[in-house]
Amino acid sequence: MSVIALAGNQNSGKTTLYNLLTGSNQHVGNFPGVTIEKKEGQIKRHKEISIVDLPGIYSLSPYTLEEVVTRDFLLKEKPDLILNIVDATNIERNLYLTLQLMELSIPMVIVLNMMDEVTASGNSIDVKKLSSHLGIPVVPISASRGEGINELIDVVIRAIKDKTSPRKLDFCIGEVHKAIHSISHLIYDQAVAAGYPPRFAATKLVEGDEPTFKNLGITENQIHIIEHVVKDMEEALNTDREAALADMRYCYIEKICSEAVVKRQETKEQQRSEKIDEILTHKYFGIPIFLGIMFFIFWMTFNVIGAPLQELLETLIDKFTGLTSDALIGIGVSDWVHSLVIDGLFAGVGSVLSFLPIIVILFFFLSFLEDSGYMARVAFLMDKLLRKIGLSGRSFVPMLIGFGCSVPAIMATRTLASERDRKMTIVLTPFMSCSAKLPIYGMMTAAFFPDKAAVVMIGLYVMGIIVAILSGLLLKNTIFKGEPVPFVMELPAYRIPTRKNVLLHMWEKGKDFIQRAFTVIFLGTIIVWFLQSFNWSLHMVEDSSTSILAYFGSLIAPIFLPLGFNDWRASTALITGLTAKEAVVSTLSVLTGAVTDVELSRALFTIFTPLSAFTFLTFTLLYMPCIAAFAATRRELGSMKYAALTALYQTSMAYVTGTLVFQIGRLIIGG
Amino acid sequence: MTLDKVKPGQGGIIASVGGQGLLRRRLLDMGLTPNTRVTVRKVAPMGDPIELSLRSYILTIRKDEAAKIQLKEVFDL
Repeated sequence: MSVIALAGNQNSGKTTLYNLLTGSNQHVGNFPGVTIEKKEGQIKRHKEISIVDLPGIYSLSPYTLEEVVTRDFLLKEKPDLILNIVDATNIERNLYLTLQLMELSIPMVIVLNMMDEVTASGNSIDVKKLSSHLGIPVVPISASRGEGINELIDVVIRAIKDKTSPRKLDFCIGEVHKAIHSISHLIYDQAVAAGYPPRFAATKLVEGDEPTFKNLGITENQIHIIEHVVKDMEEALNTDREAALADMRYCYIEKICSEAVVKRQETKEQQRSEKIDEILTHKYFGIPIFLGIMFFIFWMTFNVIGAPLQELLETLIDKFTGLTSDALIGIGVSDWVHSLVIDGLFAGVGSVLSFLPIIVILFFFLSFLEDSGYMARVAFLMDKLLRKIGLSGRSFVPMLIGFGCSVPAIMATRTLASERDRKMTIVLTPFMSCSAKLPIYGMMTAAFFPDKAAVVMIGLYVMGIIVAILSGLLLKNTIFKGEPVPFVMELPAYRIPTRKNVLLHMWEKGKDFIQRAFTVIFLGTIIVWFLQSFNWSLHMVEDSSTSILAYFGSLIAPIFLPLGFNDWRASTALITGLTAKEAVVSTLSVLTGAVTDVELSRALFTIFTPLSAFTFLTFTLLYMPCIAAFAATRRELGSMKYAALTALYQTSMAYVTGTLVFQIGRLIIGG
Repeated sequence: MTLDKVKPGQGGIIASVGGQGLLRRRLLDMGLTPNTRVTVRKVAPMGDPIELSLRSYILTIRKDEAAKIQLKEVFDL
């Protein structure tokens, strides 16, 4: 079994190539200890070769997790080959990573992607010359058209057999060269012992790369010598170590490109992008157009396509549930088995499946926006707004999706470039009032604020946003302190997404949701079903007011005294609301014995005052999201512990805000 | 003159890149090295960040970051 590592810049067509090579034959996981996605699969028709998709990176600096993960993988796992994908339309910056990868002494093949765009614009790249300059096979392809893939696989197989590492390493000249060479002699044995290619280690030491100093066990004495060598170099070049190396690499790249690349004009795609950007990132129209696009996506997802699909699914599930129920009664199973299957299992499955159409459709649009290059523009447009709370523009889209449903919103954080931003966005997104909470708002406003329904609802949405902003400020200055990843982002040329990428992405998200969320949601629903259907002597109850759940409800009810409602029915509804927020409404009607909406409105007055009704809404808005969203949180944070802490934080925020609202409200209205 | 002061439609040649740690390294890695030609294409609707063109690709950085990049020559396109 041979292992290939696929490495390259973001926006270089890495995912497209990966999907082409593996088909749908992929396994998605995380790199150990971090929430960075690791995809692994086998090459089609060559099952003996497995390929690992590394994070899209621009360099091998020690500063970002993605870069460290890539470096660790390459150094520790020692893949048989690095497949380095290079965007031919943007070759200078792409080769910068290539030069760093070459130092790792691992056999390497360069894939020159988007060659069709280069040649179609009358530009050219001399592949042979490039290959001989770098001493590495270079294969031109077009991943979006699927051209050159068979040739690529042939070259890859040959390179794995040959096992030849890149020989050419001296792309440096003068002072940097001198420094790297003298340090490389000094630390040769330690590098070999630590599993570092000596040349790579020496370069990193010249750069001042902390992890390399540590991993090689560089002694005080050696540090002294290295710093002396570096100082000489810095003085001779009149610059510092990091700039010297970056400059050295780019100078070498410019030299190669001047010989192998003929660039007469921008490619057609680049010219087209400029034109598109004149509209999409326009000073005045840019933001309204973005909001329009998001509105369109919401409307399509939640109304036009999502709603009928959801209805269809619910009808099917109802039919199937009915048939199963009849069959169970027919074979004469006991009441509790019937209830377990119908009220527990089927209701659980139903609640999971009802999310599915929304997730799949939303991710169709989102992967379209992402792959087309528009998502980077959104970050450009909205960055200033989110910067104050320590996030970047990229977090805007997941947060916006949060108004529809937290589950896909949390799943959408996967595309955020930094782990810190990702975690923070996951914590804050559920404060955006999701659409499942609307029935609760509807029920309460109908009863208590019939004339001011709109004001109350808008107030709740605004409150969610304010709490998110305050939370952002709080988190930025406490848990997520430290240097945020700088906002230095490429705006890739607009491209039409390939059908395969979009479909695979949809499929992946759908599968992911069902697989991973099923276990947690399922368990959750069964537990709530059990608590709701049984009493302490484990007999099934007729009236859910005598159930274990009701007991817990009354047990925790006094906790909500500062929020103004101390009623077991309210607290029980909050617990069942964890399965799905709509359940708050059905639980309150069941527990009050109300059949019609009017009866329910009247019954609510026995539980709440208008003020405590509002604090109940506040709490519902902010407390931990439903089990499905919790499962997504756990999945994206990669840890049950952090997911639990997130839920605890959200619930605490709800409690504190609810208390404040009630107490201040009481002072104002004097009751 | 620093890069944040350059108006859209103007360009310059980089003299030096300041700052430190991750930020500085990222700027260098993305090709903002001394003697590189860079042009400012656009300012975002809310006045920040800015859009740059260099090494035949488009990059966006915040003005705070651009202020760390010193230019030795500024020209109109």
